Parts: sequence; structure tokens; C-alpha cells
Amino acid sequence: MSTNHFRGASRRSLLTAFGAAAIGLSFTACGEKPKPGEAGGEEAKLNFYNWDTYIGETTLGDFKKASGVDVNMSLFATNDELFAKLKAGNPGFDVIVPSNEFVTRMAQAGMLEALDHAKIPNIKNIDPAFLNPDFDPGRKFSLPYTWLLLGIGYRKSKVAGVPDSWKYLFDSNQYAGKIALLSESADLVRLAAKYLGHSVNDIPADMLPKIEQMLIKQKPFVKAFHDDNGQDLLLSGEVDLVLEYNGDIAQAMKDDDDIDFVVPKEGSLINSDCLCIPKGAPRPNNAHKFINYLLDAQAGAEISKTILYPTPNAAAKALMPDDYKNNKVIFPPADIMSKCEYGAFEGAEKASLYEEIITRVRAA
Amino acid sequence: MEQSWKKAKAVFAAALGPPLVWLVVFFVAPMAIVWAYSFGHNVGLTEISFTGTIANYARALEPLYLKIFVKSAWVAALTTALCLVIGFPVALAITFASQKAKTWLLLLVMLPFWTNLLIRTYALIAVLRTEGYVNQTFEWFWNLGAKVAPLGAYQPLELLHNNFAVILGLVYVHLPFMVLPLYSALDRLDKSLLEASLDLGAGHLRTLFRIVVPLALPGIASGILITFIPALGAYLTPDLLGGPDSQMIANVIERQFKRANDWPFGAALSFLLMYLTFIAIAVQALLSRGKKKEGVG
Repeated sequence: MSTNHFRGASRRSLLTAFGAAAIGLSFTACGEKPKPGEAGGEEAKLNFYNWDTYIGETTLGDFKKASGVDVNMSLFATNDELFAKLKAGNPGFDVIVPSNEFVTRMAQAGMLEALDHAKIPNIKNIDPAFLNPDFDPGRKFSLPYTWLLLGIGYRKSKVAGVPDSWKYLFDSNQYAGKIALLSESADLVRLAAKYLGHSVNDIPADMLPKIEQMLIKQKPFVKAFHDDNGQDLLLSGEVDLVLEYNGDIAQAMKDDDDIDFVVPKEGSLINSDCLCIPKGAPRPNNAHKFINYLLDAQAGAEISKTILYPTPNAAAKALMPDDYKNNKVIFPPADIMSKCEYGAFEGAEKASLYEEIITRVRAA
Repeated sequence: MEQSWKKAKAVFAAALGPPLVWLVVFFVAPMAIVWAYSFGHNVGLTEISFTGTIANYARALEPLYLKIFVKSAWVAALTTALCLVIGFPVALAITFASQKAKTWLLLLVMLPFWTNLLIRTYALIAVLRTEGYVNQTFEWFWNLGAKVAPLGAYQPLELLHNNFAVILGLVYVHLPFMVLPLYSALDRLDKSLLEASLDLGAGHLRTLFRIVVPLALPGIASGILITFIPALGAYLTPDLLGGPDSQMIANVIERQFKRANDWPFGAALSFLLMYLTFIAIAVQALLSRGKKKEGVG
């Protein structure tokens, strides 16, 4: 078993950097079109657009054995890349894996096909808590694949006690020069609002200058804004506190037992990566079959075993060993979880506004 | 076998056609589309309507973004200056090396081009970080010294995630861009002029500044230009090596196209950057034309 089982951040950052050049102009819109004349049945193929290292080792092969459908998987590094690629029309993907906020965004933009729940009996395996989220009421367009939570990864020997508040990242010089923040503007603004006692959503306009001032004041104490490779910075001793996803830190903890993870007491942001069928998918029947297969208990456990992210699949979780099920980092305690929220998609203007706030912070 | 191209129009067209088509299809047309974006605005989440608005440019000229432009230009200028100061002696040394050594030295200068920029930047991270090779080496010497004199514990140098790291990374990456044009200018230099200068009583330094530098001026100018332009648009280096306040204009542009999903504004910023580049090229062209006229007149 290699150590790259997570949605490995270094690989993701590599992909991000490579993708950056290609994203401005995407010429991929000349992909496959559904072939007419194949009445009823579809050709035994499927194009799956997924995150890197985000599938079980044998999952695709097992699916082929079970259904005869050959899955061709391509990879994206960020939701923005996924969105940009499908923005000009679906280049031939059948199943995609956007995060919660982008499910709303793409559904609103008419980029997603409604799911036919009758073709996906394995919905029964999903924990009911995930079946009616605000970002996709009634799970019309999406089914949950994994979820993840932002929190503070830290080096135990360098930090006094447990840094269980966003204060240490956003509003304190106690760990000056030893802090790294995620360079996602919306996440930063939202978590800062959470620290100030507000929800991560519907942040009032008069709170934004306050957040901006706080982050500008905090900036001299921040070592770096990272592209989701915070665990590497923590492992290499570059910083002692880092804003990261629980799954990424759980991986780092396997390599270094001086590292731990805490979800701050103010609560945090939940993300959920979801299975969707994009509009214009050439093979919707195969897509439904594939989604149903991924939600199967055995197949789900196989995936979780490899990627070690929290699963919303109750039946799959039941099949997992105890060191996964009872892992406090992968599944934080319920009282903390109850304070966590999904970040809602609140329109393009908000996204632009948050971006400008962080640009100002970084230019200050 | 010299023949006017007019007599072989078919051959000429066949030779010119493919690159021309390539240029139009893969450069001019996409650029025109992005240029058109810069005069549009977002309608909904996926549509951009071309309204001819200049609002994007107005926003790009706000003090916030102007400040970032100025900072990027300053970083690029500093990089270029350092490249010139470091690159000139290197180019000079290569010029005066033996024919065999010359080949090897030029190969050494070009070798980094064969490695992906991203790999080289990650390598620099490994060198510079708190527990990187530089700090480890210093710590080793420090501990050696600590056996003789009471020095206390070693405090690692802060080399990564700051503006110093960005400049270092940019100089490292762009040095070949400076050395190669300098070398080609210096190599063509008539060595007898240097001998004459030395014979007539000028010292080495004086010969360098009165003879070599003026004659190499076109090479220096093109070296400055092709170092400054990519450095101005640097994206990867500030992103990976920089600290919280190291953002350059290309990083802002990238985030407009991706996270902010504001392609029109990102396009306006990109084209402002490109206009600046055109101005720099025009200035260089004017200067070199001025020089030529001076030389002739």
C-alpha cells in the first residue's frame, strides 16, 4: 500500500499548476457526441471525470466485470477546472464529481441532468442525514460520494495545548510565522465570519470590512497561502498550524505521529463531493448504472479503504475496520459536527466580491 | 541557385501557408476571442455577453490592481537587473573560453531548459525550506562551531515563502534568457577593437565600459526585453515560492479565470499586461532604431 491513497495534495497541486496554462482556453469542446441509431442499448463505455487518487484500486475493473462497461477516467484538480471545462458544453463526460457548492452552481446554470432515483436502488445505503441537503434539495441532481471538513492541522510538540479556535489562525500572533492558510478566498472569508460568530452563509455586507481588516492585521503572522498542500508544509516543519481538510491531515498523521487535527469549537465548513450526470451525457443509462455501483456497500468500502475520506455511505462504513470508523479525525464527534455547515452558492457576484477581498488582503 | 521568391510563388505559399494557418487558428483567433471577452460581462453563470463595455478596464485601473501591476513591474525589473549583473560576466567568460569549452559552457546554460519549470521550482523549495539543504548545511557548520565556542541553538534562516525567494526563483529561471542574447552579441564582437583599446592605453575596466558595453548594447537590450517580459507575467514562481504578500498580476489573473469565474475581468487584466509588453517592445525598437541612425549619420 503506497502512501498516496488520499486525494494527494502534491499531485493535486501539480495538476493545478499544469492545468492553469490550459484552462484559459479550452479546446476540448470537440469531444464525442452521442451516436444515433443505437436504439435502446448504449455502447459499453463510460467517461468518468474525477479527482486524482479518488477511486478504489479495483473499482473500475470490478465494475467492468459486473456490467461489461468500460470506464475511461480523466482527472481534474479543482472545481474551477471542472466548471471551466463543462462551461462551453459537455465534451463527452457521463459522470462527474463536483463539490456541494458547484452542484448548486452547475444545476442553476442548467449544466446537470436530473437523476432518475428509480435506476439507483443503492440510495438506500446512504446515511439519511445526507439525503436532503440545502445545496441540492431532494438530491435531484447529485448523490454524495464523500464529504470533508476544514479544520486546523497542527504539530503537537510545537503548539501549547489544542488550538481549538479559529483565533489562532485568524486573530492572534501567538504562532507568528508558523501559520499557513488555504488560498481559497471564499473559504477564508466564510471561516473568518464563523470565527466572528456568524454563519458561513448570508454574511452581512457590513461584516466584510471587519473580516478584511482582521485578515490584513493577521497577514504578517502568516507564512504562506497554500494550494491544498498544507499537510506537506506541516510535515516538512515549515509551519506548525495549517488550515486543511481532515482527510489530508489524517494521511499526514500516518507518516508522523506528532501531527494532529482539530475542528475549532466555533464550527467549520463541510464540503461534499457528489456524483452527478452532466447535461448532454452521451450514455445516461450507463451513468446511472455506474453511480448505483459506486453506492454499493462493497464497492463503497473498497473505495473508502483506498482514499480514506469520510464516506456518507452507511452500509459501506459498516464494512470498514474500526481504525477508520472510530477515527476522530475522519469522523469528528457529533457535537462539533452539529456546528458545521455547508457553504451555499450565493451567486457569481459574491464569489467575485470574496475574491477581491482576499486580493486586497494579499496586496496590503 | 538564388531565385527571387516572386518566381516561385507556389513554393513560397506552400512554405508559408501552414505556419500562417497555425498562427491564425491557434494564436490570433483565440486571442481575439479573449480580447472580445475583455469588453463583455457575465450574464448568468456560463454566458458572456459582448456589450463593448469598458467597465472591466476601469476596474483594472483601480488603485488596488494598479498597485499590483506596479509591484509586478518592480519585481520583474529587479529580476532583470540582477540577471544582467550576473549574466554579463558569465556571457563574457563564455566568449573568451576555448572553442571546446564554449560548447560545454553553452550546454550548461541551456541544460535547465530541458527540465520542466515546475520540477525546478519544487527543487528550489527543497533547497530553501526551513529544513531544506541550505539550512541543514548551515546547521551542520553551526554545530561544528558550537563545539569550540558557545553559540546557542541554530536559528534556521527564513528563505522560503517570502519576496526574497520569489526574486531568487525568478533570477534562477530567467538567467539563461539573459546570458544567451548577451553571448551572441559579445561573440560577434571584433576582438581587434579590444586589442586596439588595450594597446592605446585603456585599462581593462575602461575597455569594458567604453568598448564592449556600447558594442554589445543591442544584445543587452534584447536580453533585458526577453527577461523582463516573462518575469512580468510570472505565475508559478510567486505562487509556489512566495509568501502571503508575494502575489503578482498573473496570480490575480489566474484567480479571475478560475475561482472568481470572472473571465471578462481576467481578460481585461491580461490584455493590460499585453499592452504593457507591446509598449516595452516598441520602446526597445525605437531605441535600437535611434542607435542605428546615430551610427549611420
